[in-house]
Amino acid sequence: MATSGVIAEITVGLSSCGIAAGARDVYETFQQKLEGRGIDVELKRTGCVGMCYREPLVDVVVPGLGKTTYGGVTTEYVERIIEEHVVGGKPIEEWLVHLEGRELPDDAYLAPQERIVLRNAGSIDPESIDDYVDTGGYDALATVLKSMSPDEVISVIKDSGLRGRGGAGFPTGVKWGLASQQPGDVKYVIVNADEGDPGAFMDRSILEGDPHSVLEGLVIAAYAIGANEGYFYVRAEYPLAIKRLEIAIADATERGFLGSDILGSGFGFKVKIKEGAGAFVCGEETALIASIEGQRGMPKLRPPYPAAKGLWGKPTNINNVETYANIAWIISNGAEAYASYGTETSKGTKVFALAGKIVRGGLVEVPMGIRLRDIIFEIGGGVPEGRTFKAVQLGGPSGGCIPEEFIDILVDYESVTKTGAIMGSGGMVVMDDSTCMVDIARFFLNFTQDESCGKCTFCRVGTKRMLEILERICAGEGQEGDIELLEELGEKIVSSSLCGLGQSAPNPVLTTIKYFRDEYEAHIQEKRCPALACKALLTYEVVAENCIGCTLCTKACPVGAVSGEKKEVHTIDNDLCTGCDACRQVCRFDAITVR
Amino acid sequence: MEKAGVQGKTMKEYLAIVDEIAGKYADAPGSVIPVLQQVQARIGYLPIDVIERISHSLGVPPSRVYGVASFYSQFRFNPVGKYIVKICHGTACHVQGAGAITAAICDELGVEDGGTTEDGMFTVDSVSCIGCCSLAPVIMIGDDTFGRLTPAEARKVVREYGK
Ligand SMILES: Cc1cc2nc3c(=O)[nH]c(=O)nc-3n(C[C@H](O)[C@H](O)[C@H](O)COP(=O)(O)O)c2cc1C
Ligand code: FES
Repeated sequence: MATSGVIAEITVGLSSCGIAAGARDVYETFQQKLEGRGIDVELKRTGCVGMCYREPLVDVVVPGLGKTTYGGVTTEYVERIIEEHVVGGKPIEEWLVHLEGRELPDDAYLAPQERIVLRNAGSIDPESIDDYVDTGGYDALATVLKSMSPDEVISVIKDSGLRGRGGAGFPTGVKWGLASQQPGDVKYVIVNADEGDPGAFMDRSILEGDPHSVLEGLVIAAYAIGANEGYFYVRAEYPLAIKRLEIAIADATERGFLGSDILGSGFGFKVKIKEGAGAFVCGEETALIASIEGQRGMPKLRPPYPAAKGLWGKPTNINNVETYANIAWIISNGAEAYASYGTETSKGTKVFALAGKIVRGGLVEVPMGIRLRDIIFEIGGGVPEGRTFKAVQLGGPSGGCIPEEFIDILVDYESVTKTGAIMGSGGMVVMDDSTCMVDIARFFLNFTQDESCGKCTFCRVGTKRMLEILERICAGEGQEGDIELLEELGEKIVSSSLCGLGQSAPNPVLTTIKYFRDEYEAHIQEKRCPALACKALLTYEVVAENCIGCTLCTKACPVGAVSGEKKEVHTIDNDLCTGCDACRQVCRFDAITVR
Repeated sequence: MEKAGVQGKTMKEYLAIVDEIAGKYADAPGSVIPVLQQVQARIGYLPIDVIERISHSLGVPPSRVYGVASFYSQFRFNPVGKYIVKICHGTACHVQGAGAITAAICDELGVEDGGTTEDGMFTVDSVSCIGCCSLAPVIMIGDDTFGRLTPAEARKVVREYGK
């Protein structure tokens, strides 16, 4: 908020992704350059607006000019932004990402989005409770405590059609209803911020960019089910999210949004943060509860569900970060407004994390039911130039790869499930023709095999056997019958595992076999990797007519596999070659091929 | 938050750290994991004597403390270098060439993946997803994250820390 006398506002995006791209240095350089410059500029910080591909991002607002966003800002830009834009009043054309009233290529990223969960991300200071309150934050909580009964809250959430965003898509209002009906005075609410799916970062971004929105949703849930204590279970890999949550909790307590008598309503609620300790399976709700109790994070058979018997044996409601971040908006805007987005069975919006082989990677929030193609090509800009789209992986280790032929499906729970993938938590990793699908299946099996808690035999041993088969296929030692063996093992693991980890672990293998069987066959029968990714299967050769004998490649080879005298055609010893590609990369005459 | 180990402390000092931390949690249920985390943050790893002291202080059998510690990948039973170089091998980083980053860093430091350099400066560790997937491939040293790396840049980053 501009205080009187301030002529400009400069806001630097300081989330983990921005910081990794250099935003902290940019922030500090602004601080130094503004000091003693004698102009009245308010320097602010914000979370991630979602355009990770353009980080570090800097917003500049000066009177008379709309909000201007610069991308890819380095410390060298700082001086010019201050002098030309803030003092001179002229935006610097070449770095523009966004300028109000002007059409720019990056608009394609933000324009199709509908932002409910990300309503404040990238615009407010996540470490300032005032910023959150100024946008109407905690109004929903006040409304709930003053004028709604717990049952009324639950019925609004039911009517909104909101489904859990952690993966399974269970209707949130129904879940709350189950917990609220349980007898007993002691109940708990938990935020699942374990976000173990590699390639997904929605929850990190939400917590770093707008922690109060999750906290407000949690307090409302606590009131609805009658809980007075809650926990955030956050991965230890997210130190900044934890820090901003701690600040949010302290500030909210001071303002009376948390504590023994919230806003004078008589309702009391307190919350603690528990740091995860690096176990993917602890994202599963019963394992997560075991972990909070200080035990090994082993899943338990359900029922009883946590709603009946959860933390310390008490009724417990557990939801995902994004699920909670929707709640205050739904209360303030009404169930109907929320349900006006989406499809018949999947209401509202969903946040997706776009990564992998994509031009514009980052965080997007779109209405459910949008075409997959629109997310990847319209918003994400498709795969980098010169490559072709092959598949998109949805749902991480529990999900599957959706091939090009299904790129026009509508993104909702049911349509995604029909392809063999799952909606999951919202990670989308895009793959192009340089990605080997057998290698991807191997990658995921390596992950689940490693993360299996070991309780169920098929999950523990079966995933290991599947991994061994995939490893030998990638090494060129695949055998006739391997594909069928993978399918058989996969089906057995699905049917005889207790928790979602094992039940879904074979999915990445089964979906790649279903859609990319020819790639498996090329590896097994022809000992060939069509994507040129499996190093053991690559053959490097010198193209005699192109080679001028410059010896660059002989020097680049780390294992001495390339030999030849100056001005003579070189040769490659494929027994020594490790497939590192160094020779091909240094060659200036296209004289080395790989197949 | 995981910080690299404090070098050159004696076991006696380690145990004093345990007493200080465990003292705050004596009666809190579910305290094994937070105590292990805070002790490791100060000491860098969990030697067996330290595990026993935690067990004693919290009144929980050593087998349970060890059972919990060995379940979670965060806990270490061997000393680590001053800096832990976490190389992300999540899906996005894998697709964007994390393998070449690990190869370059291991070559630069002269260690295997998972190993610690002889001078005790660096431990190389493969992790799954740091949450900066759109900047893949990504590594993390301490609380600092580095993204969009090439193998050559990754070498440069660790070289800077080695200075
Ligand atoms: C192996 C496994 C890992 C999971 N990881 C997560 C996770 O990281 N975050 C999450 O919110 N839910 C995760 N879940 C789903 C949770 O068990 C639970 O369904 C969810 O937290 C409920 O919240 P929601 O209804 O808001 O989606 C996981 C489930 C399984 C089986
Ligand atoms: S996959 Fe590497 S940061 Fe997520």
